[in-house]
Amino acid sequence: MEKAYLGVDIGSISTKGVVLDADNHILASDYLWTEGDPIGATKRLARSLEKQLDSTRYQIVAAGTTGSARKLVGTMLGAVVVKNEITAHAIGTTTLYPDVRTIFEIGGQDSKIILIENGVVVDYAMNTLCAAGTGSFLSSQARRLGVAVEDFGEIALQSKNPAAIAARCTVFAESDLVHKAQIGYSKTDIIAGLCRAVVVNYLNNVGKGKKIVGPVVFQGGVSKNAGVRAAFEKETGLPVIVDPNGHLMGAFGVAILARRSDHEAPFNSDVADMEFVTRASNCGQCANNCERILVYRDGKLIDAWGNRCERGAIRIP
Amino acid sequence: MPVSKYRQPLPQNCKISFPQFASYGIAMEHLIQKGLGMTYVMPPRMTRHTLELGARYAPDSVCAPFKLNLGCFLECIDEGADTLIQTGGTCRLGYYGELHEQILRDMGKDVRFVNFAECDFSHPKTFVDEFRELKPDLDLKRFSAAAVETVRMVNAIDEVDALFRRRIGFAEDPKAMEAIRTNWLRQLRLADGIKQIELLRKATVRLLESQKVNMPKHPIRVGVVGEFFTVMDPFSNHDIEYELAHMGVLVDRWMDMSNCMYHYRSRKMLPRIKEYAHYNMGATAMATIDAALHYAKSGFDGIIHVKSAGCTPEIDAIPALQNISADYHVPILYLSFDTQTSETGLNTRLEAFYDMISMRKQAHK
Repeated sequence: MEKAYLGVDIGSISTKGVVLDADNHILASDYLWTEGDPIGATKRLARSLEKQLDSTRYQIVAAGTTGSARKLVGTMLGAVVVKNEITAHAIGTTTLYPDVRTIFEIGGQDSKIILIENGVVVDYAMNTLCAAGTGSFLSSQARRLGVAVEDFGEIALQSKNPAAIAARCTVFAESDLVHKAQIGYSKTDIIAGLCRAVVVNYLNNVGKGKKIVGPVVFQGGVSKNAGVRAAFEKETGLPVIVDPNGHLMGAFGVAILARRSDHEAPFNSDVADMEFVTRASNCGQCANNCERILVYRDGKLIDAWGNRCERGAIRIP
Repeated sequence: MPVSKYRQPLPQNCKISFPQFASYGIAMEHLIQKGLGMTYVMPPRMTRHTLELGARYAPDSVCAPFKLNLGCFLECIDEGADTLIQTGGTCRLGYYGELHEQILRDMGKDVRFVNFAECDFSHPKTFVDEFRELKPDLDLKRFSAAAVETVRMVNAIDEVDALFRRRIGFAEDPKAMEAIRTNWLRQLRLADGIKQIELLRKATVRLLESQKVNMPKHPIRVGVVGEFFTVMDPFSNHDIEYELAHMGVLVDRWMDMSNCMYHYRSRKMLPRIKEYAHYNMGATAMATIDAALHYAKSGFDGIIHVKSAGCTPEIDAIPALQNISADYHVPILYLSFDTQTSETGLNTRLEAFYDMISMRKQAHK
């Protein structure tokens, strides 16, 4: 039996999973929508990965989780590593591209830039208060234009004269977009303009004050959009690499971290059939009224968090 | 028609309160109770309730400390305070008092409001005048003695906190160390006179130093800089110093009340930071740049910049910090706080920052 490692990246919009062997080869992978239900998405993911994996040959011996629901899903899967997505992305990318100097990452609701020297992260930044220039912005504009977001990139590449669209803020971008459509710009030019707006917004906000050096790797869901990639190359004047598995990089990175952790906790694909329930409970012991989250597996409390002091601690039986 | 209480002549004993701010409430209490002989209403510990209350009645785009102060005032009024004090400053803080008073009046709160923003910081006499407004028959001798003790208390609080910050991340028994600090603040509240304060301070320092710590030879060191209120107040910054300590980081912070009182001087700082800023940008921006430069030069592994969202002087300091970061190859994490309560985003950034600086440190070995 050979050892395999599971990495799961549960983002706001999509849930990604990979199973690696000891040499970082991807044995199984999937990418599906979170749909506001990280537990359900993880179950679907577990089922799909189980189908792809040759269970007579491989046994998953450790799991790692990352992404905004990493804690909840980490509890659910009995993960040995629960890691933030910045570290996970950096580890994943430097494994595949040891020379990488800059990582652009644009996901569903967040975007980040990671700067690397000699294989080590030396600086990073993440968008703060606003989701302008992220995947969810592009999806909502695609809906407005009646175009599937998956087709955005190809359409954008056909434009010879991208419309100038304000990039500072999604609200401005949206009203600019409507204006450009009403005065007669073609959809192609508007879509190309939108892709450029996302890039300009990213470079002005997340990339502000950062020195961008090649090789540049672009990943996250939006990296699948060829129009955005082309706009990045135009704005930075550097070639931009997009890995075919770029959308899985967080899951890939955290699977590697799970392997490196030297902890093993054999993964049981039965999670797909177990019942997980979360319950929010306000502490009420003082005016802070912490929101605690209680996680139950098949009716049994397995973990709880959210309290800021000992008084609100919940004992796990 | 009844005359509003704040227009009435002063009663013999007002119940005075000042917004909660880190642990300095103890010192304020001493000044009011001993210096003026009046009752001090200690504001309740800040909680989400304070924040919600403040955010409900404050303008939305105002900085977070304004909202917290307002929430605090409202909680103090519920606790029986009838006289509120607000201070001034060289940023929007200078307008806090007037706006707080107006909002409280509009809410129908009948309280007396004393605004120290009207004082001239270079003339201590104007402060005394302001306290005379609270107590016309102010005993100047008694008041000055209490003021000296108050300053000593503030210094002692800062000294103990700085020591605590440096050691707690490596303590063998962090709970015991935290208990020493809690106990220290409890006892300081009862201390009277310089002698008692000093004895207590020395005993606490000795206790903290006697606690076993497992400090590596080259610990990961992080300097915390930023806006006056948010960087000092653990409730406002989600206690990032505690989070960092738990990761095993030595935390240093220049900004505290004592340093602000004694060492925040343009003529000293501007020459030091002249490559990054040519003039004082107001509030604590100059101190932020100066402290960041100091950490960068001393080889700290990282710097964290903390501010409330929309704090203009600190936004002005950011380009200077970016230059320091590039010149000295030191990563800086920028954090803005408002009324958000989600910890996930903050934890993601802090944990990634820790991973980055610890991996960098290992690679440099």
